[in-house]
Parts: sequence; C-alpha cells; structure tokens
Amino acid sequence: MNQLMKQVAGIAVASMTILGMASAAQAVEVKEVVSEGGIRAWLIEDHMNPLMTMDIAFTGAGAATDPADKMGLANMVSGLIDEGAGAMDSQTFRGEMENRSISLSFDAGRDDFSGSLTTLTRERETAIDLLRLALSEPRFDDEAVERIRSQIVSGLKRAENDPGDIASRTFFKSIFGGHPYARPVSGNFETVAGLNANDFRNFVGQAFAKDNLIIGVAGDITAEELGPLLDEAFGSLPDHSDLPVIADVTPKFGGIDVVDQDIPQSQAIWGQKGIERKDPDFYPAYVMNYILGGGGFSSRLTEEVREKRGLAYGVYSYLANLDHAVMMMGGVATRNDAIGQSLSLVSAEWTKMKEKGVSQEELDNAKSYLTGAYPLRFTSLGNLSGMLVGMQKDDLGMDFLDRRNSLVDAVTLDDVNRVAAELMDPANVTVTVVGKPEGKLAF
Amino acid sequence: MKIPRLSVMSLRNRTFAGLLAAVMVALVPNMSFAAVFSPQTATLDNGMQVVLVENHRAPVVTQMVWYKVGSADEPLGVSGIAHFLEHLMFKGTADVAPGDFSKIVARNGGNDNAFTTWDYTGYFQNIARDRLDLVMKMEADRMTNLQLSDDVVLPERDVIIEERRSRIDNNPGALLGEQMRASLYMAHPYGRSIIGWMHEMEQLSTEDALDFYRKWYAPNNAILVVAGDITMDELLPMAQKYYGVIPRGDVLTRNRVKEPVQHAPRKVTMHDPRVGQASMSRYYLAPSYHSENAADAAPLELLSEIIGSGTTSRMFKALVVDQAIATSVGTFYDPVAVDLATFGVYGVPRDNVELADLEKAIDDQIADIVANGVTQDELERAKQKLLDSAVFARDSLSAGARVLGKSLAVGLSVEQVESWPDRVSAVTVDQVNEAAKRVFNDKQSVTGWLLPPKDGPVSGRGPVLPIDTGAGVH
Repeated sequence: MNQLMKQVAGIAVASMTILGMASAAQAVEVKEVVSEGGIRAWLIEDHMNPLMTMDIAFTGAGAATDPADKMGLANMVSGLIDEGAGAMDSQTFRGEMENRSISLSFDAGRDDFSGSLTTLTRERETAIDLLRLALSEPRFDDEAVERIRSQIVSGLKRAENDPGDIASRTFFKSIFGGHPYARPVSGNFETVAGLNANDFRNFVGQAFAKDNLIIGVAGDITAEELGPLLDEAFGSLPDHSDLPVIADVTPKFGGIDVVDQDIPQSQAIWGQKGIERKDPDFYPAYVMNYILGGGGFSSRLTEEVREKRGLAYGVYSYLANLDHAVMMMGGVATRNDAIGQSLSLVSAEWTKMKEKGVSQEELDNAKSYLTGAYPLRFTSLGNLSGMLVGMQKDDLGMDFLDRRNSLVDAVTLDDVNRVAAELMDPANVTVTVVGKPEGKLAF
Repeated sequence: MKIPRLSVMSLRNRTFAGLLAAVMVALVPNMSFAAVFSPQTATLDNGMQVVLVENHRAPVVTQMVWYKVGSADEPLGVSGIAHFLEHLMFKGTADVAPGDFSKIVARNGGNDNAFTTWDYTGYFQNIARDRLDLVMKMEADRMTNLQLSDDVVLPERDVIIEERRSRIDNNPGALLGEQMRASLYMAHPYGRSIIGWMHEMEQLSTEDALDFYRKWYAPNNAILVVAGDITMDELLPMAQKYYGVIPRGDVLTRNRVKEPVQHAPRKVTMHDPRVGQASMSRYYLAPSYHSENAADAAPLELLSEIIGSGTTSRMFKALVVDQAIATSVGTFYDPVAVDLATFGVYGVPRDNVELADLEKAIDDQIADIVANGVTQDELERAKQKLLDSAVFARDSLSAGARVLGKSLAVGLSVEQVESWPDRVSAVTVDQVNEAAKRVFNDKQSVTGWLLPPKDGPVSGRGPVLPIDTGAGVH
C-alpha cells in the first residue's frame, strides 16, 4: 500500500467515527430474516434500483488467529477463495463475476474475516452461487496460489519503505509486544512463502461456520426472497467454528520511537488507552473525540495545527476499537524541522482536554453535527448492509438506528468533562515518528 | 485482501474525506460517464447552469458548484494557484469569518469539501434538505464576496506546501507521475502539476489568488448541480434568489496551447531508495469526448475494458495468469477532459522478472491488438459491463452529480451524458480496432520506470502492519 493509500485507509477509519447515525425523520426499517435452515440475516429493503448488497463477517476469524509461523494466512485465504471454486478454475470463476457485473470480495481484518457481495437483481442467483462456492468449495489451484502470493509479496515490498506503513508497524509492535495484534495482517516474506493449500483448507474448515456468521443485506430483495438464498449460500457451512481464543490485552503506552527515513516530511502517529464500545461512557468519549480531533475543520487539533499555523495538511484523532484492545489514536505529518512543534501543540491539546474539558458551545456544535449528519449514512446500499453487520457485531439491537441520536443527545457537559479527565492520558502516549525530525521531540 | 495497485490521482482535494472519493474514482476508471441520470436542467439569466438529479432515498441533498477553470488555465509561473484558491475559498467573506464555512456546515449536520483538477474546480456540501438554503446562500456569497489578506493566506500556503509533501514528495510513485506528465505534454499545460511546482508554490501571493478569482469565478462560468431529495420547483427559486442576483462576468475563453506533433517516445526512469517494488507505466496521448477525434473516445473506453480492466481482461490473463510474469497489469482511460486525455497502461513484475521483460511482454500484447484487433465476443461483454455500471452509479447520491458536473465543466452537454449508453452500444469491432491503431502510437507516449536504487533495495525493516482498527458502528 503506498503512502497515499495508507493515509486514505487511516482516514476511512476516522470518518467512520465522525459520521455517526441515529434516528431521523425517515423510515429505514430493519428486518430480521431467519431462513428455514436457521440462517439469520438483517435486511433493509430498498427497491429504488435493481441491485442488492450483502455484507458478511465471520467473527473471530481474522488475522489475530494466524499461528505465529503462519502469519498472513487469513489474509491470503481472503485473496484466494474468489479465485476458483467448485468446478470452476480461477479464470472461469472470475469470468462469471466480471461478465455478470457481480462484485465479490473478501478481506481479513485483525478480528474478523469479512465478505462483500454486490449484484444486479438480474444476476442474484448466480451471485449467491458464487458466494456459496467461494465459502464451501474453494479450489486453491497452484496457479492461483502462486499468483496471489506474488501479489502479497509485491504489497509487502511496496510497504517496506512506506513511511505510513513503517509508522504503524513500529507503533503496533511497541504497544502490543507479544500479543497477536502486534503481528502483521499480511504476514512477512518468510511466512507468506511457507503458506500452502493445506493451510488454506484447514483455515476454511475452522473459520467459516454458522455460529460465527453475521449477515447484513440491503436493496432490491424481500424477506421472502432472501430466506432461501441464505440457505443456499450458507446452509452447507458447519455449525461450529473452531478458532483459537484471543486474549484481551492492555496495550503498553508511553515513549517516542523515531525511525530514520530520508524524506522531507515526518509522519507521526500516536496512541493512548481507549474506551470499550459497551462502556456507558462511550458516547461522551465519542463526542469528546469529535471536538478534539475527529471533527475535521471543526476540531481543536485542526484549528491549532493547520488553520492557525499551517503546520500540516491533516491532523486527526479517533477511537480505535478492536475486539480485545481499545485505543485512542491520532496522526499528523509536518516538515522535518517543525514536526516537534506539531507534536507539542497536539500534546498541549491533550492536556487541555484532560484538565479543562470542553465548553457548552463546543458540545452543542458537536451534537448538532453528529445527529444532523445521520441521514448522510443512508445514501448508498453498501453503507446500509455494512452498518447492519456492525450493529449485530456490537450487539446494538435492531432499533439502534432509532435510538442512536438520543444516545448522542443524552451526553451532558459534565459527562464529557468527567470522561475527558479520566480518559485523556497525556503522560502515557506512545508516539512513532518516521522521517528526519529535527530538534527535540516530546509529547 | 487488499492488493495495492497503481492509481492515477487526478483530484487534489482539500481534505482527506474527499481524497477517499478521488481514489475510488481513480480505481474505477470507467465510472466516468457511466449512467443515465435523468437530470432536469435550467439556466439562470446570468448564464449559470442549474442541474438537478432527484433522489428521494433519504432527506438529504448534495450541492455542488463547479467552476470551469483548473490548473491548466493558470498563468505561467504561478502553478498551483487554482488549487490554492480552492483552499482560500474557505477563508471568508464579510458575512462568514475565515475558517467558519466548514464549521457552519458541520454545525448544521453537513459535510463539505472541494477539489481541483486541470480542467475544473468544485465545491460541495452534503446536508439535510432543509439546510440547502443555508449552504446555497454561503456558496453564492463566496462566489463573489471572497475577502483575502496575508494573515490567512500565508499560513494556508504552508498548508498546501505540506499537502504537496504528503501527496507527492513523500511518495516516489507520485513524483514519477509528475515527471511523466511533464514529458508527455511538451506544450500543453496538462503537463503541469495540479498542486504546483514547489518553487512556484512558495511564491504564491494573495494578489495572485485574487487575480485568478476575479477572472474566473462568475456565475456564467459556473454550474450548480444538486442531487437528492428536492424538486426543480423547489430548487429553481432558491437558485435564482442566491445565484441569480450575481452579475454576469466577462465572457471567458480557455486559451490552451495545442500540443505540437510529437516525434519520439520518451522514457523516464527514477531510482529511489523508498521504492520496494519496481513497476512501470506508459501514458499515450488520447482523444477525449471534447477533443479532436472525439469519435474514438467510446471505442477507447471499450478497448480499455477489454484489454486491461479486471482479472479476466486480455492483458491480465496473458501476463498475470498464463505467462505468470506480472503481479498485476491494467489500463486506465478517462475521456472527460477539455483537451486531450491519457490512455494508460501499467504493470508490476513478479519476483525475478526484469522490468524490461515485462515491458516487452506488454508491448507484444499491444502489438497483437493493433495487428489482430478484438473479437465481437469481447466487445459484447465489455459493453454489458459498461452499461451495467450505470445502475451502480445511480445507487449513490453523489455519483450522478459528479458525472454531470464534470462533463458539463469540460464543455460537454447533458444530452451527451444521457446518450452515453447508446453511444457505447453502437460501437463496432472495427471502430475499436481503428481507435487502438491510432492511440498506440509510441511517438506520442512516455514510459515511466520506478525502481529501487541501483545498488539494490534498502534492507527490509520487518513485516508490515497496516492500521485497520476502529471500524465500528457509532
């Protein structure tokens, strides 16, 4: 991933945290569909265009489950199961997808293994059949394995000297130590070279099951039509997954790492302790982060670092929640002779937030954005099906879309300021800087 | 699995959120024209075009204002001024204090952003339908009442310089892309870097920005595109109220110099210690829907689809699957431009494959297309894919607004956008083959090689660990 894409990936995460959703004066009805075979999915019907999207997740089947000597396994499987399945070799399978305008892709995150299917109504049956084949009968032909391996190796080479990648792997190694979260999702040259078809088959047999499957569907399909398709796609999966248990971990925060690289601009990321999604203080923390560094041009960090002083193009913070660890993270990139100034400005804002909290006006503005921007989340089917998976994973309930704005509105000034005092931890922040920073760095 | 691939960044957005959109556009090259959006249109008395795409899925709207001016319209010596002005448009008027524009939008539950390319500059807000009046008032205000002074301009100049470092100078692939475009265009300003050359950016002044603003920002040089939950009966009075009262500006013509006849292929090779993975790409001068030989544009869209789009395309199958010498190959072509477009080909070699050998194999593929052409079956499949992409484009609130705005901004008509499926459907095998023969002309091409240092790659620093945390529903 080149540096630009890296930034984009980082921001995609940040924008997830600033674009919330909650009740609005509109009818988005979430239905639960349970098939005859007992497969459960959440559905938002929308017949505006003849297409549907389906997002799925196999929870707990992400890269954190990779054995230490097989790092990159889940990621490589995600690249291979849509490269030939059943009677179809890779080119036949991909031809069925591409000629029928079916998008099917898989991705391994740290926690979950996810999939995404988009199809025109016209091609729905074929699309579901391709999904079934990918999950239950992937071939792992030599040609596809070597080709995908070469693509992964190419990505590893590209990332090797990329400042953003260097920063994140250094950072995660520093805070997670021996925990699987410290390992690279894509593996490394050695482990990727060693992965083989037996590994992939074992993974598929253990990771894809009914008991760790979450499904969200949106678009041009009724509950009655969806039921049989669920059985067709997922009915042949085993009932139970067989995955290693990943331990919860408290990341170790504190200290500044500098990785020398001869580039004109230093790139910094930092992190500190975070807050659980289920914590009653999550929404106060979420609103606080919007004010601090989640709110783009409305955020304090952007005001201080970019608007007043022109020290960076982007500066941000976000709540980063994994299943087994929670963090609050941020990033900035500034020319080498001024990165120290950017970091000390961020540090000052960190301390100020902890000690002085926010004003009523800031809180009101944050709430009006976070609640008012809710309907913007409902403008494409892909957003909708993805949200349905997230809602199920976090156990938010089918009525979450109706409740969410009231959760934001219920946050008081006292809540935010109390949570800021508890959560903000300027004395224990890990900072990673890649570049040729000049002068003393401190947070 | 995320597989990195080469992409062409053409938009220089003001913030990251917009950048994301730009990347997605770049990765889906044939989305550019790919839909019938059934827009409604009007023209205000002062010449401002108004376009509406109704979409009633959610009670929200997108407002976009597109100015028919971009970096290719900059005077010599002030490269980057179009993009710099885009940033400075957020620096206030008598009614809106510097920096308040985006804050007001956010307080009203909206997102806003802006982007600049060689041919146009755009500003947009996504917001609840009952706040359209507010953002339209502000957008009209800054069309004519922008106030700039050094105390806001100079810090922002530092911001665009940091933006250049982030996007270009810290990224060897982007640096090579700049060099390649500068080589491809010997005279035409498309050879310029949109964000600007560093030494010129450092000298950009408040007066440079105001000169550019006064010349180009006027209602008769702008297009209002609105998409979302609103009707023309509601929109038009609002547009008249806010934009309609702004006086018409001078009649503007884009005085772009023409490329001379080109006589020799060019080659740009860059070695950089930050390059871990070698790659190559080639740009050919190509017609756009608005240039000479525009009749070749639809055939070239189909050609790109057939030979280099997706994992069952000709080149991918030959070089990545059958010969197994590349990890990825592909083509890109965006035919929406005022002047010439670029037809691009790229490839990444597998381990132990020399870049020269991959380039030779790509050349063989191109020679085969030129000599033997494409088949009827390939053409039919490509047509179906392009036509289907129209349905997917209609699903997004903003895609229609973007395609229409971009097309009108380069001088095309709504009818040309709407008749795109017919035009694609009518293309024949012969037309694709003739267009291929014309576009694959080495004499008007540049080839770029991106390589590690000559003394070998810098040693590895260990495994990669991308950040992929924090996705969740809030």
